[in-house]
Amino acid sequence: MDLSHIFNSKKFVNISFYAVLFSVWSFSAYSQEHKAADNEHLSATAEHAEPAEGDEDISQMILHHIADSHEWHFFGNVSIPLPVILLTDNGLVTFLSNKFGHNDHGTEIIDASGTKLVNYHGKFYYPSKVKSADGTYISHDSQGELINGKPLDISITKNVVSLLISAIVLLIVFIGIANAYKKREGKAPKGLQSILEPIILFVRDDIAKPQLGHKYKGFMPYLLTIFFFVWLNNLMGLVPFFPGGANLSGNIAVTMMLALCTFILTTVNGNKNYWGHVFTPHVPWWLYPLIIPVEIIGLFTKPIALMIRLFANITAGHILVLSLISLIFILKSVFVAGVAIPFVLFISVIELVVGFIQAFIFTILSALFISMAIEEKYAEH
Amino acid sequence: MILLALNPLVSPDPGLFIWSTVTFLILFFLLSKFAWKPIVKALDERERSIEDALAKAEMAKAEMAKLISENEDLLKEARLERDSILKEAKEIKDQIVNDAKDLAKSEGAKLIEKAKIEITNQKLTAMAEIKNQVSSLSIEIAEKVLRKQFEDQGKQQALVNDLLKEVKLN
Amino acid sequence: MIVGSIAGIGAGLAAIGAGIGIGNIGGKALEGMARQPEAASQIQTTMLIAAAFVEAVALFAEVIAFLGTGQVN
Repeated sequence: MDLSHIFNSKKFVNISFYAVLFSVWSFSAYSQEHKAADNEHLSATAEHAEPAEGDEDISQMILHHIADSHEWHFFGNVSIPLPVILLTDNGLVTFLSNKFGHNDHGTEIIDASGTKLVNYHGKFYYPSKVKSADGTYISHDSQGELINGKPLDISITKNVVSLLISAIVLLIVFIGIANAYKKREGKAPKGLQSILEPIILFVRDDIAKPQLGHKYKGFMPYLLTIFFFVWLNNLMGLVPFFPGGANLSGNIAVTMMLALCTFILTTVNGNKNYWGHVFTPHVPWWLYPLIIPVEIIGLFTKPIALMIRLFANITAGHILVLSLISLIFILKSVFVAGVAIPFVLFISVIELVVGFIQAFIFTILSALFISMAIEEKYAEH
Repeated sequence: MILLALNPLVSPDPGLFIWSTVTFLILFFLLSKFAWKPIVKALDERERSIEDALAKAEMAKAEMAKLISENEDLLKEARLERDSILKEAKEIKDQIVNDAKDLAKSEGAKLIEKAKIEITNQKLTAMAEIKNQVSSLSIEIAEKVLRKQFEDQGKQQALVNDLLKEVKLN
Repeated sequence: MIVGSIAGIGAGLAAIGAGIGIGNIGGKALEGMARQPEAASQIQTTMLIAAAFVEAVALFAEVIAFLGTGQVN
């Protein structure tokens, strides 16, 4: 986490100075002269963005990159179609996402083995009876809410593939390490084992032991799993190409699942003390109507904060990186890259650190909440 | 103009939620059974063995120190004993010499005493002998003198008369 | 041309508050560590936890801003 030597180095200062100089020059001189050519630049380079121009497109593009998708986009027109699995009114419907083309404007009704569906912004809906004014089979009520019905989408999306990849990587790595421990019993660690052993020990000695005390052993598997799961997915999210770039730990469904696991663990393990603290707090009895609801809300805000913290941190990092790259398209000059790319590099390095810290925070807070639940005697205030 | 109810970012997708729950639970069970249990156990065991080894080394060190100090004590004791033995020997020697001296002195004194007594005894006997001899000589002389004196009758008669005269006086 | 929602301004304000808070936490932690270097690791852990709690406030604001930007007009 010590980055001071980077900032202190003369080289860094020189490079950043020239980068700023270069970009200023390119702004003032170049972009004014070549206004006509800029549009070509934009259309040539911004293949992800919709054909239309404007800031709205950039934010759409960013949201599109962060969101889940039914195909894994590589570059240009190359992408892997992923299976779509829908639990519709007529039963299970499965097809490959590219079977019905790439129209996601809701203007085409597709017929998947007898079930009529419409693809609108990457999501599948039941089509409306009649075409709306904007040419889609999607209708909205007066509030602008979508009123089309929706089948339960349990497709293998990009995030699910990423999830499975990360799970397989974790399994291979850690079962391999476990075998190494069995094979080299009592000997010094070697290879991958020696890289990850300090981290396992970090989880044990800096997270589990200080929070949970002597009862840490039973929760070690959960804490280790959650730590490495979050960390690996944070890191994979930072890799811009396959098999990374899926923003899995920045997806609220995943963080919700993780927070829910912690919540269930604290609720199941909560002892008499913990529940006593909630339902018979140490306050005068006439304050009970006020305190008990607060305590009950407190039970839920902890995992919700956990969920939002991870989601927002990782998503914010992705948005930041994508926004900085989008600067090139917003300012319509390829020379902005001279500033944007070093900045992206800098933010990416910070995101590496954040990825670790967030995994650490998620794990230590889980441990903290569990320790609150299993604490024997609550310290008198 | 359209309004989206909720940004898709903050509305959890049920499909992904189901998939992630299933995957995570399977991952958790597989990892805890096949990875974390042996890893944590191995780490604990290794730590314990290292601790044991350290404790043993410490114990050996303490033992060594104890042995060394014991040796030193022994050495010191031996030295002390040697010193005391030497001292004692010296004392004994001195005493023997002194005793011998005393004995010799007293023996000499005794011998001298004896000699003195012998000398006096000899002296006495010699004196007694001399006395005897003198007396016998004197008696002999007296006899001889007397015989010479009393060879004529007249003298004898005179003496008897004298003696008778004396008796008459009584 | 500036387009955006007022929720973004709110998120920015929340970020200022959280920034001040985290700055305070970091500064005080540094002071503590300078005063007691032997307790550095403990202070660091506590500092991170406290920073996470403060940061959560800014993140809530950010999420609210997301809710706002979802409205396309």
